[in-house]
Amino acid sequence: MAYLLQQIINGLQLGSVYALIALGYTLVYGIIRLINFAHGDVFMIGAYLGFYAILRFNLPFPVALIFAMLGCAVIGIVIEKLAYRPLRNAPRIACLITALGVSLFLENFTSLKFLFGPNYLAYPRPFAVVNYNIGSLTISNIQILVFVIAILLMILLQIFVTKTKTGMAMRAVAYDKSTAQLMGINIDYIITITFGVGSALAGAGGVLFGIAYPQIHPFMGIMPGLKAFVAAVLGGIGIIPGAMLGAGIMGMVEVLTSAYISSTMRDAIAFLVLLIVLLIKPAGLLGKSSIEKV
Amino acid sequence: MWLKIENLSVSYGMIKALNNISFELKQGEIVTLIGANGAGKTTVLNTISGLIKPNQGTIIFNQKNILNFAAHKIAGLGIAHVPEGRKPFPNLSVYENLRLGAYLSNDKDFITQGLSKVFKSFPRLHERIKQPAGTLSGGELQMLAMARGLVSQPNLLMLDEPSMGLSPILVNEIFNIIKDINSSGTSILLVEQNANMALNIASRAYVLETGKITLEGNACDLLNDPRVKSAYLGE
Ligand SMILES: Nc1ncnc2c1ncn2[C@@H]1O[C@H](COP(=O)(O)OP(=O)(O)O)[C@@H](O)[C@H]1O
Ligand SMILES: [Mg+2]
Repeated sequence: MAYLLQQIINGLQLGSVYALIALGYTLVYGIIRLINFAHGDVFMIGAYLGFYAILRFNLPFPVALIFAMLGCAVIGIVIEKLAYRPLRNAPRIACLITALGVSLFLENFTSLKFLFGPNYLAYPRPFAVVNYNIGSLTISNIQILVFVIAILLMILLQIFVTKTKTGMAMRAVAYDKSTAQLMGINIDYIITITFGVGSALAGAGGVLFGIAYPQIHPFMGIMPGLKAFVAAVLGGIGIIPGAMLGAGIMGMVEVLTSAYISSTMRDAIAFLVLLIVLLIKPAGLLGKSSIEKV
Repeated sequence: MWLKIENLSVSYGMIKALNNISFELKQGEIVTLIGANGAGKTTVLNTISGLIKPNQGTIIFNQKNILNFAAHKIAGLGIAHVPEGRKPFPNLSVYENLRLGAYLSNDKDFITQGLSKVFKSFPRLHERIKQPAGTLSGGELQMLAMARGLVSQPNLLMLDEPSMGLSPILVNEIFNIIKDINSSGTSILLVEQNANMALNIASRAYVLETGKITLEGNACDLLNDPRVKSAYLGE
């Protein structure tokens, strides 16, 4: 029983990192129906920005986190402007191939020596790890931090999307671009904001991933990116609470499979869960046919 | 002239939807554009509001040629377009739909004033302010669409078939509200298939047939024109 609880805590930690990435997939998909395959690499860049902020510039952790988020927001916005905007009216397949190209570019370009370099790097811990024992359970201050920051960011996102004018405009654009323009909404501006917010969340995810699983390298975004994408689809792509739910499930399935079956099976089982859900509910767990988006 | 459309031609690929049409609207008027399904009425409104770019022509509004303005800029000039089929944002509440109607404003007093004006015209919306727009009835959706256009207190309101799919009682109610909106100073460009209702509230009218304007004149003259009577008034 204690072992199970321990695994659930680990699953929550992993799931909350996946959620931060999955939200970016779902936000962008909701607005421009693009699966931004470079999103996992923005997560990786976030991890590195946090790494340099902590280790090289000696910034305190909260400042490093904000630095990584802002840096990723800028990178996400630039990617959209340079790579996706020229293809706004192109067939979807062209956009998907471009997204894959951007992803490969970011992974290989950042692997160059003068940038992040090709090696694994140990992530600096912003403070000493403290383990709290509750009965036979062990929770570390890092786990609590990861979880609390992820939840906090998700609450902020929810407030932004539901309570601010720009958030309302995002939901309107996700539903109907022409009518949104009749309200005076500049679609390009909303797309920019969406990439910025989604990338900032991925950047935060990168930093949290770094301090929780303390090792980074330029290809580290591939698997978490894929898992987070699966999480977004699982919950119903384009739907914010769906991304959070899907990510929680993915994190949990992965950790529990490693604990009770075999760690080599964890990816296979995670994808199996996706297949089963999509067979039963093709629009994802919270998907309502095709109307409600974001 | 306040709104002046000249030699406007629009195509969808190979399909010519508008062929060299010209018409105008003076400030304060209700002008109606009537025509059968597929005549090109919606295309006219979409071109004025910038959603469609024409092959040729000029659109002068307030002395400015707005032909090459982006759609969101045109909304900012005080032109509100209530689209065909109402096009609510069904996933947003009634309030949020209305707030987006005044998206370009950050002035609290201005928005409150706009909201209180539209609730005076459409008290039923006030009762449903928190409801998702997707749960409204057809008549309420038309009211929401008009209210959303009006919160920004536009100078020109363009309505695309507001009577579509509504019962005769509701159509009457909507048209009375259109008259009220006009008498409080908003100019109206009204697109309708319901020629009888439209000609009764408009001052001037244009008849659109397969992309061309075939008749124009004072609304009361057109109401008595035998060609209009046989083609559009079912007499
Ligand atoms: N998006 C479109 N693509 C191709 N043809 C269109 C499109 N929209 C309208 N049309 C065509 O243009 C013509 C005018 O349509 P429309 O402006 O919608 O007419 P109305 O509003 O008077 O019914 C019709 O022949 C219609 O089939
Ligand atoms: Mg039409």
